[in-house]
Amino acid sequence: MSNPQIEIQLIAAIVAIACAIPGVFLVLRKMALISDAISHSILPGIVIGFFITQDLNSPLLILLAALTGVITVVMVEFIQKTGLVKEDTAIGLVFPVLFSIGVILIAKNANDVHLDVDAVLLGELAFAPFDRLMVGGADWGPKSLWVMGSILFITISLLILFFKELKVTTFDAGLSSVLGISPVVMHYGLMSVSSVTVVGAFDAVGAILVVALMIAPAATAHLLTEDLKKMIWLSILFGVVSAISGYWVANILDASISGSIATTLGVVFLLVYLFAPKKGLISVLYRQKQQRIEVSLITFLLHLNRHEEESERHINHLQEHINWRAVRAKSVLDLAEKNNLVEIENQVVFLTEKGLAFTEKSLEYIINNKDEKIEPMKEDFFLFRG
Amino acid sequence: MNIQEYFELVWTDYTLRTITLGTAVLGAICGMLGSFAVLRKQSLLGDAISHAALPGIALAFLITGAKDSGTLLLGALVSGVIGTFWIRGITTKTHLKSDTALGLILSIFFGFGMLLLTFIQKQPNANQAGLDKYLFGQAATLMESDVRLMIIVTGISLFVMVLFWKEFKILLFDADYTKTLGFNTKFIDVLITFLIVLAIVLGLQTVGVVLMSAILLAPAAAARQWTNNLGTMVLLAAVFGALSGVFGTAISASQNNLSTGPVIVLVAGVFVLFSFIFSHKRGLLFREIRFRKNRTDLKLMKTLQFMYGIAQEHENISHPHAIRILNNFQGFTKGSLKKLENEGWIAIDGQQWAMTPTGYKQAQEMYNQKPINE
Repeated sequence: MSNPQIEIQLIAAIVAIACAIPGVFLVLRKMALISDAISHSILPGIVIGFFITQDLNSPLLILLAALTGVITVVMVEFIQKTGLVKEDTAIGLVFPVLFSIGVILIAKNANDVHLDVDAVLLGELAFAPFDRLMVGGADWGPKSLWVMGSILFITISLLILFFKELKVTTFDAGLSSVLGISPVVMHYGLMSVSSVTVVGAFDAVGAILVVALMIAPAATAHLLTEDLKKMIWLSILFGVVSAISGYWVANILDASISGSIATTLGVVFLLVYLFAPKKGLISVLYRQKQQRIEVSLITFLLHLNRHEEESERHINHLQEHINWRAVRAKSVLDLAEKNNLVEIENQVVFLTEKGLAFTEKSLEYIINNKDEKIEPMKEDFFLFRG
Repeated sequence: MNIQEYFELVWTDYTLRTITLGTAVLGAICGMLGSFAVLRKQSLLGDAISHAALPGIALAFLITGAKDSGTLLLGALVSGVIGTFWIRGITTKTHLKSDTALGLILSIFFGFGMLLLTFIQKQPNANQAGLDKYLFGQAATLMESDVRLMIIVTGISLFVMVLFWKEFKILLFDADYTKTLGFNTKFIDVLITFLIVLAIVLGLQTVGVVLMSAILLAPAAAARQWTNNLGTMVLLAAVFGALSGVFGTAISASQNNLSTGPVIVLVAGVFVLFSFIFSHKRGLLFREIRFRKNRTDLKLMKTLQFMYGIAQEHENISHPHAIRILNNFQGFTKGSLKKLENEGWIAIDGQQWAMTPTGYKQAQEMYNQKPINE
């Protein structure tokens, strides 16, 4: 690995961490799309900042652009408060307008500005190592490494300082007000950090990848855990792993690094989305199927319990009586037999003692209508699940 | 070329006419279908879909090598639909919320699209010039065949919309009720969403992936302010959309260096701003005026009530009193006294006021919930 390669990966990893941390809170607060809005609407801020400073990495430009990000949030909230349109429409109106203003500002000053919209939207990580920070003639490494490093440092410090406050305001705004922690201050604090991160990162990775790096790791982590600390660690892990492997994919394909990192993030999300142990698609579908059969089983047992007459319990007539198709009737019957809940004599189904006990408990459960009891109950009685 | 020249040229110049017609038709169809997106709270779905369409364009090019917009837009349509269904899958099957799902699909698909685009650019045989235009759109590349395609799609959408008008409308306002009536809600839902995806894909070439959602939302959001009737709203949104298209094209054509997409978005934004402020029923301006008027009315009635309290203690209700005694009551000013006099509720004579029988009656009946100004 050459030196620039290491530097690029280092920058990518730092950007990934700096994005993952605010991203977790944005996802949990259902404000994921605000990051998308900010990433677009900072464009006019960047352009105006660039006119003033002539330097994409200047702190003043970052502050100006971040201010535009916060203004976006304020505007969205203002429009939403008027009640004229819903929140999502408000977001969808504000950022394209601001973005358009940015594009037009660039277009009108195309001759004096070395800045084009593609660069802002897409970034180019490959060029990041060429912009060096020179102090007193000495080379201190790539500028964006320093910029993102400082932003990451600030983000982590704020996270550690205000972890408790962030946690409370995220999950229970009412409680936090009672405890004397202002949700509004935390909200704007988070918005400011997100804006600064987006602005700092856009130069290296582009506005769209910032959104991917904020939302995707957090969403992936959220599928695996409900614990806030674990979620933060996991999203950092996913972010860094995708950033570095994305870099190598881009290297092989000779394509855009930011696009490739976003794609890797997508692949990681897809895998977790499909295979996550509890929240993944496959386990959800499996559980739904299992529950469908088990609900049918309980219905079936209740039916048996209510009817003494043989005609209602004859194996060939079950389909008619409970209105099931043949396959379903068979799988339910098999399940009941496997679990020793029923016995079949001369094509007539009888409840066993165990079946009777289970039926009575189920009935009690249905009447009491309490959620928590059914799962342990099933575990007590079932040897095999649906 | 200034705007006036533009409008003279638009009838004679072939290119200008094509582009203007294209943006107008696009604005109209987006306004129409955008109304449904806005009312269904799917505003940002448009943003996600337009971004999600990008890899489809790149893949269509990679597979077929074709550059005509028909093939590429078909690819965009497929990948837009896949994105939409994945978003649905995420929101229905996991506990992730819709905003996360939208942001996720949007950024990942777009990133994948960029990966493919840059990959294509590096290919030796790539005649890829022209794929970039889908990022920000280039109305100038619109050809007659594109516009014809737009008109056909608009016609089909319009036909489907008229055909399923009742179903769309009822699903929009009461989905549960629709289901109980025996409509296939899933089918109607998919149909509306598909039409929205179609409109978005159609606009990619003209305004680009990034700004497409605004063309969908803005006319509808503006139209929403003027009416509570769905039919009127759809019609109005179509008009706003078409006007944004025409004026956007006019302005961008009359200036150097202005791409059409952003200008159309800004024009649509002006429509929204105007509607937000000046709409008669919901607009901020009239709301503020109504608010102030109510406040002065309330103050006036408070003064009248106070006078009533004084007048009640006298046998002759029209017994004159000094204005001075109202001083410790803050609700009165010279203006409000004058107003009360104009209403005929009191009579003022120098420094004295006296209640008239009408005023007395008015104050008496105040709590009977009768409107004041009738």
